[in-house]
Amino acid sequence: MTSSGVLTGKHFFQGDEACAEGAIAAGCRFFGGYPITPSTEIAERLAHRFPEIGGVFIQMEDEMGSMAAVLGASAAGARAMTATSGPGFSLMMENIGLAVMMELPCVVVNVQRGSPSTGLPTLPGQSEVMQARWGSHGDYGLAAFSPWSPQEMFDLTIHSFNVADRYRIPILLMADEVVGHMVERVVIPREDQITRWERKRPDPNNKDAFEPFLAEDPDLVPPLAYAGEGYRVHFTGLTHDELGYPDMSAETHHRLVTRLVEKINYNSEKIVQTEDHFMDDARIVVVSYGSTARSARRAVKDARQEGIPVGFLRLVSLWPFPTNQIRELADHVDSFIVAEMNLGQMALEVERHVRRPVTGVHHAGGAMMAPDRILDAIREVANTGYTHLR
Amino acid sequence: MRCYAQAILDSGIPQDNHVVVSGIGCSGRVAGYMKIDSYHTTHGRAIPFAVGLKLANPELTVTVFSGDGDLAAIGGNHLIHAARRNVDISVICANNFNYGMTGGQLGPTTPFGARTTTSPYGSPELPFNLPYLLAASGANFVARWTTIHVRQLKRDILYMFSKPGFSFVEVLVPCPVGFGKMNFIDEGLDEMLLYKERCVIADGIPIDELGIDLRTDQPIYVGRFIDRDLAPYRPVRLEDIE
Ligand SMILES: Cc1ncc(C[n+]2csc(CCOP(=O)(O)OP(=O)(O)O)c2C)c(N)n1
Ligand SMILES: [Mg+2]
Repeated sequence: MTSSGVLTGKHFFQGDEACAEGAIAAGCRFFGGYPITPSTEIAERLAHRFPEIGGVFIQMEDEMGSMAAVLGASAAGARAMTATSGPGFSLMMENIGLAVMMELPCVVVNVQRGSPSTGLPTLPGQSEVMQARWGSHGDYGLAAFSPWSPQEMFDLTIHSFNVADRYRIPILLMADEVVGHMVERVVIPREDQITRWERKRPDPNNKDAFEPFLAEDPDLVPPLAYAGEGYRVHFTGLTHDELGYPDMSAETHHRLVTRLVEKINYNSEKIVQTEDHFMDDARIVVVSYGSTARSARRAVKDARQEGIPVGFLRLVSLWPFPTNQIRELADHVDSFIVAEMNLGQMALEVERHVRRPVTGVHHAGGAMMAPDRILDAIREVANTGYTHLR
Repeated sequence: MRCYAQAILDSGIPQDNHVVVSGIGCSGRVAGYMKIDSYHTTHGRAIPFAVGLKLANPELTVTVFSGDGDLAAIGGNHLIHAARRNVDISVICANNFNYGMTGGQLGPTTPFGARTTTSPYGSPELPFNLPYLLAASGANFVARWTTIHVRQLKRDILYMFSKPGFSFVEVLVPCPVGFGKMNFIDEGLDEMLLYKERCVIADGIPIDELGIDLRTDQPIYVGRFIDRDLAPYRPVRLEDIE
């Protein structure tokens, strides 16, 4: 182990442990969280690992406090993270909106379980993908990723910190119980091979003229000043002008909220990440993400064995939605199937973007989706065209 | 606020090291009036935000400035837990006995029987005795003053900056519009006069006697009630485990 804590080498890790190691490798040095199955192992591992690398671990009194503490740490310049599951995710929503408004980078891991309410604490779900997009009040943009393996829990945690830093947004890492608890090989690269994107920082020679929310670059991201650096900044969740001070006018409000949303739209090609296979001659595309994508890939392979021209698209990023990729695909294929562990969330988003039939393979959660269900849907679509399976 | 600003100037700590965090409410707007690094957060969450700031950069002198509703109702859980952990931050609680910002509703410090827009027949609830609550929760320093005790208040805020661990001062502030006019206190000045007449400086009085009852001609006790040296919160470090 290096002094920075990067555990270079090959490991056999649970997804949650891999996530904690990813955070350490990304330079995360603040964790504030509240225990909740199935995410708790992330907190436990960081509580164990942080003292030796100078990180701050604090178990907060609830998830509202956790999210607020993460934002405070971010305001002080730390790479900061929390981890939770459905009930805690709901409690974090108000302050996720504050992160958007204050443009404070941070990472929120949601290891999804069966929802709603207390649901199925120890079993998987994927029913918070729409909450991830729209759960806090108001118009806003952010990014969410969906890992499908322990290796990706590691990789995407690092990537989440990078994207958070680059665009000054909260990142929601939307894992699920299967991925969080599954144990697989995780390869941690050498420290010098881990990419870290830098935050955009203000000019220290021009402190007095600094406007903390003035985005001069085309990417619409203003430089971030930390508490204690002498910029004398004001951050507020109220609608604010470029100086950061409240301005209750409709013009300023529209300008600010539009920039926050456009910041994501403008940069979406750089944030969006998908993976596809068997696309060349595909007439049908199975879209999936997270642990369900593992079943979907199996089903697509099996269907290919049967000679069905079906391709596989995995959403690595959920938000922003890969609008262009999906629309381009729609020009070449006849039909889409969306497999997910909820009763139809990303299926709606796919439907919204393509003028092609979209078949949902849905399950409310509690068990990983069986590949056979997806295979059946592929066969049916191949035979009859459009179908609606629940 | 003036006392806080004066204390910052007198503290000898560079102004760039001072950070103020507030929640939502009239008192919460203080963050926007100070020319130091300032964070105006969400309703009730000023304290955990400040905890994150302080732990991520222990060099900072972090002060939370917010209202009674923000700190003791919606943020009450954070208040007692930050005090229990004894995190090294200072909290200034502007207690106006009501939710001023939203137009004068019942709050956790509204005295029994006092009228507000949501207790039009008089509050049926017993209020928090904040110094008692904070003392029981584990704060290292607990005081109460009013806006007429400017000397003492400034002195204690100054003291809180250097006091390790969690320190708390409750400041009784007039709110003629939100609270006074419903309770036969006409002007802000009248509430100040009431404080002047009824306040008794009683450092070290048994803290369970610090409840405030504005109906009777009971005294309102002010002063420094707790000043102790419980171990402040410190994140676990390598040397602690070796
Ligand atoms: C989650 C949430 N609930 C309610 C409100 C509305 N609200 C704004 S300020 C406030 C009360 C503030 O009272 P206090 O903290 O005593 O401050 P004061 O205005 O009296 O100084 C309330 C209820 C809010 N902003 N956020
Ligand atoms: Mg109040």
